[in-house]
Amino acid sequence: MAEFLAMGGYAFYVWSAYALVAIVLIGNATVPWWRHRRLKNKGAGRGRAR
Amino acid sequence: MMGRIFAAVFRREVRLAWRRRGQLLQPLMFYALVMLLFPLGAGADLALLGQAAPSLLWVAALLAVLLAQGPLFSADLEEGGIELWVTSGVSLSWLALAKLIAHAMIVSLPLILVSPILAGWLGVSGEALGVLAISMALGMPVLCWVGALGAALTLGLPRGGILLALIVLPLYIPVLMFGAGAVHAAMEGRPAGGALVLLAGLLCLGASLAPLATAAALRISQE
Amino acid sequence: MFHRYAALSSPRHFYAVAGAWLPWLSVLTVLGFAAGLYWGLVVAPPDYQQGEAYRIIYVHVPSAWLSLMAYTVMAGAGLVALVWHVKLAEIAVYECAVLGAWFTALALATGMLWGKPMWGTWWQWGDARLLSELILLFLYIGVLGLHNAIADPRKAARVASVLALAGIVNIPIIHYSVEWWNTLHQGATVTRFDKPAAHSSMLWPLLFMGGMFILYFSTVLLARIRVRVLEQEADRQWAEEVRNG
Repeated sequence: MAEFLAMGGYAFYVWSAYALVAIVLIGNATVPWWRHRRLKNKGAGRGRAR
Repeated sequence: MMGRIFAAVFRREVRLAWRRRGQLLQPLMFYALVMLLFPLGAGADLALLGQAAPSLLWVAALLAVLLAQGPLFSADLEEGGIELWVTSGVSLSWLALAKLIAHAMIVSLPLILVSPILAGWLGVSGEALGVLAISMALGMPVLCWVGALGAALTLGLPRGGILLALIVLPLYIPVLMFGAGAVHAAMEGRPAGGALVLLAGLLCLGASLAPLATAAALRISQE
Repeated sequence: MFHRYAALSSPRHFYAVAGAWLPWLSVLTVLGFAAGLYWGLVVAPPDYQQGEAYRIIYVHVPSAWLSLMAYTVMAGAGLVALVWHVKLAEIAVYECAVLGAWFTALALATGMLWGKPMWGTWWQWGDARLLSELILLFLYIGVLGLHNAIADPRKAARVASVLALAGIVNIPIIHYSVEWWNTLHQGATVTRFDKPAAHSSMLWPLLFMGGMFILYFSTVLLARIRVRVLEQEADRQWAEEVRNG
């Protein structure tokens, strides 16, 4: 396991690349999700007034 | 009919430009000033300046063209000229083509004529001066047309100037690379024909697509 | 057949159909990424020249592919928006630009993280691919900036579409000019490294990850368009029913 994490000495480069990708991809995927929730929570009383 | 409309738009543009000839000189002055600033900033090392000359000349000319785009359609917009164009029933692309060709000539010709003089300041000489003039004659109209498209897209927007630069500068990159590349090649005694042919290709592409895109942008601005 | 597509392009139907598909697509994407990461990080053998560092390829290259694919989809949606005034396509233009810009940024960042151990420097002017990617990022920023500067979302989408189409014509030219420029200044470049030779044990996980990125892009694009539709149609009765129900 430790050997896997060390990535042959390139741990910093490999893992920061994967971490960046993970953060951006997950972030981009959750944005519509919480927007949708916020829209639904506002629910009634907003629609026509806008 | 189409020919007469084309000629009328073209003549109007040239006449208007002649009336505002003071404004026409501004990009030229800008160009000369930037070329003055570089040696003052970098020192009078002619070898260094000569090395950088093709890119300096092209970048400064490119920025001068960009500055000339801002007012391109704004007067027409205020006077309702664009609305007239859109509702006239005449092909908007055709009108745009006339305006773009006039605009390219009015803006690029002074810059093309003055660039060999400025290049001389930087120690460029001989055949490279001719290549510079030819590359600018081929490349400047493309820069004008891409800039005109940007001006049409940002028409009427507050703070449109910086946005215009943001949109247009990335699209200027191929022209810059081929243009400066041709002059570089000529200065080092390599054949510059390849880059010039590529620039001519861009010129054809620009002439055929820019009027269509500009017309589309103008039509949207009037919706 | 055509009628089914026409019905799907109505915001209300799109909302419902996309809503039914999204849970399945999401599960598939998550499972696919888990499998792809395991394949790329554990199963695939290390490169004989670059050791383990080459494993960045499994996120770098798919990001670069998707940065171009998103631009193509954006321009396609822009064409549909300009010609047929389809509301969904107008929304897709903006959402493609957002996702594409992020993929481009990722391709740049991972490319630099790969370049540092291989070239010894974060940035290499001699690398045509990184340079093209940087220009692509500016193209995306232009589209986003133009879209954001216009208040009316429908007009903004059409103006941005014209720019997207101008960009798609330019992308091959920019790519070619960068490569041309690159061969011209070859003397100035430091040692260039080539991406690892395509051995099948490394290539298959790469293609698989590419497929997963496409799946991710489709899923998230669908989700984002769906939410925008609900936002922009807020005044309609169906949207009100959805929000209340």
